[in-house]
Amino acid sequence: MQIKPILAALRRHKAGTVLIVLQIALTLAIVCNALFIIQQRLAHLSEPTGIDEANLFVLSNQWAGEPMSKAQIDAQIRADVAALRQLPSVLDAAPSNAYPLRGGGWDTFIGLTPEQVQPTSDAAVYLGDEHLLDALGVKLIAGRNFRADEVGSVGLRENVIPPVVIVTRELAHRLYPDGSALGKPLYAMSATPSTIIGIVERLQTQSVDAWQQAYAYQAMLWPLRGAWSSGLYYIVRARPGQRDAAMREAPKALYAQNRQRIFDAGDGGSFAQIRARAYERDRGMAILMGVISAVLLAITAAGIVGLTSFWVGQRRKQIGVRRALGARQRDILGYFLTENLLITGGGVLLGLLLAVGMNLWLVVRFSMQPISPAYLGIGVLLLLLLGQGAVLAPALKAARVPPVEATRSV
Amino acid sequence: MLAYYLRLGLRSLRRNPVLTALMVMAIGFGVGASMTTYSVFRAVSGDPIPWKSSKLFVPQIDVWGPKSRRGGDSRNEPTDAMDYADAVALMRAHRATRQSALYQVSPSVVPAQAGQHPINVGGHAVFGEFFPMVDAPFRYGSGWSAEDDERRAQVVVISGKLNEKVFGGANSVGRTLDVEGRPYRVVGVLEPWNPQPRFYDVVNSGGFSTGTDDVFLPFNTAIDAGMPNDGNTNCSETPKESGFVGLQHSSCVWLAFMAELDDAAQVAAYRRFLDGYAREQQQAGRFAWPPNNRLRSVPEFLDFEQVVPSDTKISLLVALGLLVVCLVNTAGLLLAKFLRRAPEIGVRRALGASRREIYTQFLSEASMVGLAGGLLGLLLTGAGVAGVGWVLPEDIAALARLDVPLLLLTLLLAVVAAVLAGLYPTFRAARVQPAWQLKSN
Repeated sequence: MQIKPILAALRRHKAGTVLIVLQIALTLAIVCNALFIIQQRLAHLSEPTGIDEANLFVLSNQWAGEPMSKAQIDAQIRADVAALRQLPSVLDAAPSNAYPLRGGGWDTFIGLTPEQVQPTSDAAVYLGDEHLLDALGVKLIAGRNFRADEVGSVGLRENVIPPVVIVTRELAHRLYPDGSALGKPLYAMSATPSTIIGIVERLQTQSVDAWQQAYAYQAMLWPLRGAWSSGLYYIVRARPGQRDAAMREAPKALYAQNRQRIFDAGDGGSFAQIRARAYERDRGMAILMGVISAVLLAITAAGIVGLTSFWVGQRRKQIGVRRALGARQRDILGYFLTENLLITGGGVLLGLLLAVGMNLWLVVRFSMQPISPAYLGIGVLLLLLLGQGAVLAPALKAARVPPVEATRSV
Repeated sequence: MLAYYLRLGLRSLRRNPVLTALMVMAIGFGVGASMTTYSVFRAVSGDPIPWKSSKLFVPQIDVWGPKSRRGGDSRNEPTDAMDYADAVALMRAHRATRQSALYQVSPSVVPAQAGQHPINVGGHAVFGEFFPMVDAPFRYGSGWSAEDDERRAQVVVISGKLNEKVFGGANSVGRTLDVEGRPYRVVGVLEPWNPQPRFYDVVNSGGFSTGTDDVFLPFNTAIDAGMPNDGNTNCSETPKESGFVGLQHSSCVWLAFMAELDDAAQVAAYRRFLDGYAREQQQAGRFAWPPNNRLRSVPEFLDFEQVVPSDTKISLLVALGLLVVCLVNTAGLLLAKFLRRAPEIGVRRALGASRREIYTQFLSEASMVGLAGGLLGLLLTGAGVAGVGWVLPEDIAALARLDVPLLLLTLLLAVVAAVLAGLYPTFRAARVQPAWQLKSN
């Protein structure tokens, strides 16, 4: 295939060519970055929590009516979890102050010595009793669970530091990188040490915000019931397949204990609901970027079809002449496909620069991740295929121009 | 003549229906995507109290000092919320026209009717000056007085929604509401009022919040009743004492503060006052660092707190990028179309049409494309705003609205975009040499 005549022809349509090259370049730049954003969001929202999500649900329980004392609340909580555990559909239940993906909650600085100024890490705090591990369905990989006699209760903003804690593997590694965390102390903004008695495989924190990504799995469990006037969460793990039944029965069982309570429907729920709520933004952004990319590609494809059809219409006579002089249909088809390849290629080269520039700007301005070259590659391939696909119909039409066209005047 | 050009344009557009549809769709989609994302951006970046925001200020006091700012934070910014001691000291000093320390509460309210479940409501503990300061609109009654603040009166201002729920919507001023087991006298009922961003407590709402504030209680009364804060609490060290009282004695930050300052002189005076206060604290040994205060107006504070989600900005930029691509696309198609009509232009020019006439003719054709694209864009914007809840969280999606200015802006943007896209093609069309065209035919 001769490139020179194609270039010569394009030179006669300089402005049109420049415009379509520009369009392809901009499309590539935007689509690459949009695809990259989509991938980032999808990766973020499929991060595992480490808990038995399929069978879990969370009840947000607030106390109402006459204010109760700490001892009264604690007694009520014990009665509540006992009632929950007796339900036939419930495998286990535990009180807590939080649940993974809640969207924020209690976290605290941790040091390795009592007088440390710069903390070693930050960790989310999950309160609960000896059933919490089982209720969440997290896997204990070292050490032991809390014993019932180690579980205490804590009033609102009471400074109680538990003598024993269970930490996640990530937190254990952050504190003691040599793997010797079990049995060692940690200090949670206090001079009182807490000994690490157990390590769980994985437990995600409450927040899914991008800026807390580095701490996403730094969590610890404290053997305390939060006897707070404001309320608490009941984390309930149903027997396999009985979650819906358990979700119906649990509130009734609790109301039977005491009517002076409010279940907040906007907080907690089945873990599927919690997950959907936590990642609403990310899913929405991925959908929006997907829709915009699709529209963009469709517009650019349609633009190529439109412009090439126009050029074919304009050059019918020349095509006829070429055909009369012996060019085969395949040559005409090849001509337009090559022309498009040149145009798209030019656009793609310019687009790569734009894509990287746009990504750099997003990195600086919105602290996004730098784009991985794979997405540039995917974008380039996508646009080259799109260009060839879009040009196919008009090019086939051109190939079907009969040689007799050469003899016809305008 | 314009009418004639419009007819000519229409005829030309009809001659290539596919190409015309393509251009209209490109403009329509570009404008639709841009305006939909813009409607969201407009909603979240808006000034919630435009007539007064420049007079409302949020003071920040460096209660933790430089040691609390970890490694990467080089801006040396003090905390955005306030601790109890400073909030109370600023209230006592009373240097602004109006001011209020406030904190978020979430008490339970027991409806008067027997057999009703208690409900949990959101609200704030504020000072009486809060209501005139933020221009809270009252349906019945009013806020409470400084005297009520002073003597810890059990009074409450409730939202219209709560009034509906508990009192059936009647004028409930003077009636009693059971809040956390204590009787409060209703002194005011608000009109529907839910400013977004929630400028008076950005720290706890993160800017946007689906729930309205249903109760406003006197600050001192709430503190005395031991009604704990429901919002964020941040501590640089563990409080020495336990409980809500321990929190009040600690350096933990959990309160918002707002001051109304009427002119530049007053703002400068308040800055001096804050610095003086911080210096006093330094001399008293409470702060081991020199004054490091901020006094930001509401718009500045919203900007500082970055209440506009970066996703919203990125979406708007990407949608504008789509619009640019659509423009380039339309320009390319118009160029091909106009240049194909070079012989016709040549004839018109030879018959005496000026360049200006050619400009008018082709730009009116482009604006017709723009208008049609704008109408399609309107439909798409309407669908987009209606469907925005599908991709955005409820608290933000609920703010996006379709109104007359947005509709007009959509049409205007479409026509301007199409004319912009048509400028270069028209320029080329007007430069067609009549002699050349006549000769070649």
